[in-house]
Amino acid sequence: MDDLYREQIIERYKNPHYRGVLDPHDISYEDDNPLCGDHIRIDLRVDESDIVTEAAFSGQGCSISLASADLLVESVIGKPLEQVKQIDKETLLDMLGIELGPVRLKCALLSLKVLKAGVYGLGEGQASDELVE
Amino acid sequence: MPSSPAAAASLESKIIRKDFPILDREVHPGVPLVYLDSAATSQKPQAVLEAMDAHYRRSNANIHRGIHVLAEEATADYEAARAKVAEFINAATPREIVFTRNTTEAINLVAYSWARPNLSPGDTIILTEMEHHSNLIPWQILAAEREIDLEFIPVTTDGLLDLEEYQRLLEKKPRLVAFTHMSNVVGTINPTKDIIAQAHAAGALTLVDGAQSVPHFPVDVRALEADFYVFSGHKMCGPTGIGVLYGKEALLDAMPPFLGGGEMIKRVQLRSFVPNDLPHKFEAGTPAIAEAIGLGAAVDYLSDIGMSSVAEHERRLTAYALDRLAEVPGVWIFGPPAEQRGGVVAFTFDDLHPHDVSQILDGQGVAVRAGHHCAMPLHEKFSIPATARASMYIYNTEADIDRLVEGLYKVKEIFK
Repeated sequence: MDDLYREQIIERYKNPHYRGVLDPHDISYEDDNPLCGDHIRIDLRVDESDIVTEAAFSGQGCSISLASADLLVESVIGKPLEQVKQIDKETLLDMLGIELGPVRLKCALLSLKVLKAGVYGLGEGQASDELVE
Repeated sequence: MPSSPAAAASLESKIIRKDFPILDREVHPGVPLVYLDSAATSQKPQAVLEAMDAHYRRSNANIHRGIHVLAEEATADYEAARAKVAEFINAATPREIVFTRNTTEAINLVAYSWARPNLSPGDTIILTEMEHHSNLIPWQILAAEREIDLEFIPVTTDGLLDLEEYQRLLEKKPRLVAFTHMSNVVGTINPTKDIIAQAHAAGALTLVDGAQSVPHFPVDVRALEADFYVFSGHKMCGPTGIGVLYGKEALLDAMPPFLGGGEMIKRVQLRSFVPNDLPHKFEAGTPAIAEAIGLGAAVDYLSDIGMSSVAEHERRLTAYALDRLAEVPGVWIFGPPAEQRGGVVAFTFDDLHPHDVSQILDGQGVAVRAGHHCAMPLHEKFSIPATARASMYIYNTEADIDRLVEGLYKVKEIFK
């Protein structure tokens, strides 16, 4: 259990590096985890060759979901959108460096779901779990 | 009522704990379980496990039709369970006890079979702001379909129902007042007899969600004069998959069937059927036979202890929990004082997310629930997305509460 609360997670939760909103932005998406009321929004700015230049997240959630959002947002800066689309569950879990049970997995994956729904240009409420399978 | 060694005037949780095999287990190496999530589902005593096991090992058969020994035994056991439940809540007859899957299905049954034929556009149903989603969504679906007006008795900041506002709402001449006997979040025990009497005076029927009450204190549906009273087996030492709809016989009799199929019929022709008598009219298809028998055993178990003893034990333990939790800096408890509530304590802790709190408590072996507890509107009212909730039952002791409090200090340490 204490592994779940590795220093990196607690540190990112308490002092996120990429918390905020980008206004204006090129891509923005938000969604909830209805199980726990977590809410994550991710904003991206991309240049003319579709490379992410700036990224930020906002919202509320537990330490796992917020640390996950911060690490994820950090990892996409400088990446082409096509590459962002390839990020999957494993990539994110590797970044977090922890093993998660099925309930907490949903916390960790909320930000990835939001990111991919945004990059794929989905409409409000269309983000599905398939995006992060 | 006392008839077993456990039935002393005050309940001995240490003895009772031995009846629950699961309480012996460790949840992590060297870390014994402290189970404080009984409002979600209770643990099951040996007697219930054995009753269900015996049914499958000895008497398993489908009920009400087969003319052979197993079918007769299974039918007798299933109907005996119904009679036990009827006696437990003081129903007038077992015909008033319909077995459902759970509380939720029982409420849906009333929404479909009583409300749909009886309510017209413009009619009013009164609910409360503290309802579990199971006593909210069925009425929302009905309201959208039939243009029914839903009104809500507000919840005060103390977690009590605003009964003055209820008086005003009754002027709308509601057809139904549907409310919870005890809140699954703030723990409030509502003045159910008064709410029902006032509803009747205004010409409304009543449905009481008893999911949190029947397991925890004596409930007498006839003394309450409830029209419909619903609860689940799994929160009262019984198995999942079995719940109860109590309805006054005349009401149930006048209602059309809910689900159609086998068992709920007397005669069938290709284009028509004659429904069966109560309560079978509402039990289409093969029911949860072993689960009903398990619920019967749970009723026996609780009756042996005595529901007044159960209630007294939980009152003392809840008062202790409220005192101990109040000592922990950063803990914010929702709901009324101990004398107005049952053994459910929802709280927030500093600005930590309840998921983090409950995950770290789990590491200490302490099982609590985190989330909105199927009561999102109530959490919205208190402007919080979620709470952690500790809920108690007959097998919990002061030592469990102490472990919870120690666990919270560990949470503080990790997030310091």
